[in-house]
Amino acid sequence: MNLLDVVFIVPGHPAISVMSWIVILAVSLYLARSPAHRAITSLSEVLHYAFRIAAQSTSMAEGKLIQRNREVLLAAGREASERIIEREFDRVDATLRRDLADYPAMHRQLTEHILSIDEDYKRSTEVPPAPPAPPGWIKAIESVAKIPSSGDPMVANILSDINKSMVKAQNTAIEEYRKSSHERHIVLKHMMPHWRKLLQVLGQVDKNVNNLIDRSKTIDRHMQEYEQINKGTDRAVRMLSSSSITQFFIAAFVLAIAFGGAVINFHLIARPMSEMVGGTSQIMGFKTANIAALVIILVEIAMGLFLMESLRITRLFPVIGALDDKIRIRMVYITFAMLFSLASIEAGLAYMREILSQSDAALVAYLMENQHSQAAASQSRWITTAAQMGMGFILPFALTFVAIAMESFVQSLRTVLGIIGVGLLRAMEFMLRLLGNISRYFGIMLVHLYDLMIFAPLWIERRVKGADEPGREKTAQGDNGLGAAVIGGQS
Amino acid sequence: MNPLKSILLALGLSAAFITGGCSSVDQVTPTRGVYMLIDTSGTYTGELKKAQTIINFALAKLNPGDSFAVASINTGSFTERDIIDKVTFDDRPSMANAQKRQFRETIDKFVKGVHPSAYTDVTGGILQAIEYLDEKNPGHKTILVFSDLKEELKKGYVRNIPLQLNGVDVVALNVTKLHSDNVDPREYMNRLETWRKRVESGGGQWRVVNDLERLDNIMTDS
Repeated sequence: MNLLDVVFIVPGHPAISVMSWIVILAVSLYLARSPAHRAITSLSEVLHYAFRIAAQSTSMAEGKLIQRNREVLLAAGREASERIIEREFDRVDATLRRDLADYPAMHRQLTEHILSIDEDYKRSTEVPPAPPAPPGWIKAIESVAKIPSSGDPMVANILSDINKSMVKAQNTAIEEYRKSSHERHIVLKHMMPHWRKLLQVLGQVDKNVNNLIDRSKTIDRHMQEYEQINKGTDRAVRMLSSSSITQFFIAAFVLAIAFGGAVINFHLIARPMSEMVGGTSQIMGFKTANIAALVIILVEIAMGLFLMESLRITRLFPVIGALDDKIRIRMVYITFAMLFSLASIEAGLAYMREILSQSDAALVAYLMENQHSQAAASQSRWITTAAQMGMGFILPFALTFVAIAMESFVQSLRTVLGIIGVGLLRAMEFMLRLLGNISRYFGIMLVHLYDLMIFAPLWIERRVKGADEPGREKTAQGDNGLGAAVIGGQS
Repeated sequence: MNPLKSILLALGLSAAFITGGCSSVDQVTPTRGVYMLIDTSGTYTGELKKAQTIINFALAKLNPGDSFAVASINTGSFTERDIIDKVTFDDRPSMANAQKRQFRETIDKFVKGVHPSAYTDVTGGILQAIEYLDEKNPGHKTILVFSDLKEELKKGYVRNIPLQLNGVDVVALNVTKLHSDNVDPREYMNRLETWRKRVESGGGQWRVVNDLERLDNIMTDS
């Protein structure tokens, strides 16, 4: 008995066989309807709840990551603000030290000028004492003036002499008065430089005070930011996040430029390194000369990092920042000396590269017997030699500044990675929720499809039940719609 | 411990670790070994100027660490005495350049004083080349045969020997056509075919380069 014999129940009548099979299947499915519905619903519910739990876990992880990002961001912002405020206070301290150190001298100067002005003022108000007049002199004159002249020439002469004396005395008094006024004017004139000096000193004081006020305003602004960060406000987090992403892209751009510089540097020294370490040996599949050149560049970058750390421009290594100032300064000199040595070595290697190039060119010319062109080409070689040596010397120092970009990159990378992580978790959560809902409604759909396949027995059932209990027809219809029940139960 | 001392100690240990690690995985760059055979028999000595050009080209192309030998093909070529000069270039490029200059001078001297040989033992030369290259064991092995490939052996010399040329690139250069080839070109073609079969049956790769204007084809890696 083969498969066809089983399929074709009624031999020679395929249509009847198919119909028979449909009937058999429909009856079988109708009989198994309730367990099949339960199985489909259970499976879909299991999947739905599994995805839902996974989504909830992802949501919790996302929440934790958001919280963690927030903490990291706030901590980084707090540290940056503290650093800025610290620097501002340092500047204020320096200003105060510089300006207030001169304050006693300035005060003394002001006092001296004021005293001088005061003295000058007093001197300007002093009137010279009048010459002492003989006692009863006015009365004597009055008495003489009252004597009737009666044409006596002697009296007239006396009166004339008195008049002359009086005029002379008057003139002398006026002269004295003018002299005294002139002296007071001179004294007042002497006051002018003191006034100017006073104005200048007060102007300087005003400038210093304004400078301090500006600094204090800046500190106030930073302090406000710092307070917001300390409070952990959403505004502060948004501000720090935005700043961090900007920093990330800028730092990445600078690092890309630095990478280009490092590649150029590498090509400058890789070939001449083969003169030092040989051109044939390899380490892990890479030429030793190339690795040596790379190591030199990496050591230069490391020295640059240490130099920047020692100068406290960057804060990648807290150990270096915490060093005693004396040791730290010593470290600055050591790292700079090493960097200088490496830069000199690079310049030497760049020169060696040029010599090797010339040697190769000379050899090729010798082998090809074309020495003339070589001689012509070598006339302008010094330009490339100088350029290569210059680049070899400068690039290590230029690479030193990578430390600043690297610090920004590392710090902002934490935030950016956190944001990406949150985004990924959110997407995953969405996908899990979607899958959960899909599995639930897929189960409902399967239930409906199942009923669709056995629509004939169900119709018969409804008709039979309808004939027996017309009042329960609606209930039966409701029971048959399992999907609706499921949906109703879920809602 | 003083923090500065800690940093210096860490740097020292790192350097020692890297140095130790590097020395433990030291390898050698795949190098090239080239053995060139120059036919000095009969009228072919007139072609030696071209051979010089090829040698110079090879010298310009070879790198530090590569090996190069030039030997003549004469009556009995399976001997070290026929090696005109051989060199393994120094690791350092400057030294390698000096060696190349020296090599060229030796070849120039040889070309000036060469005497035509009566017989042409190409097989013996190739066997010697295989021996040399096996001894040097470079990454790429090349045998350049500057000859018309017309083998003429002295009586008593046995050269009917299979060639072991696994991984060897054999390049026939300047395979000139003899007068007899002009009379019957099949002779020339049969000669080339015979050599091709001998080389390929020995595991080698066979190429013929007659256009010496395009010497770049000689040194290509197979």
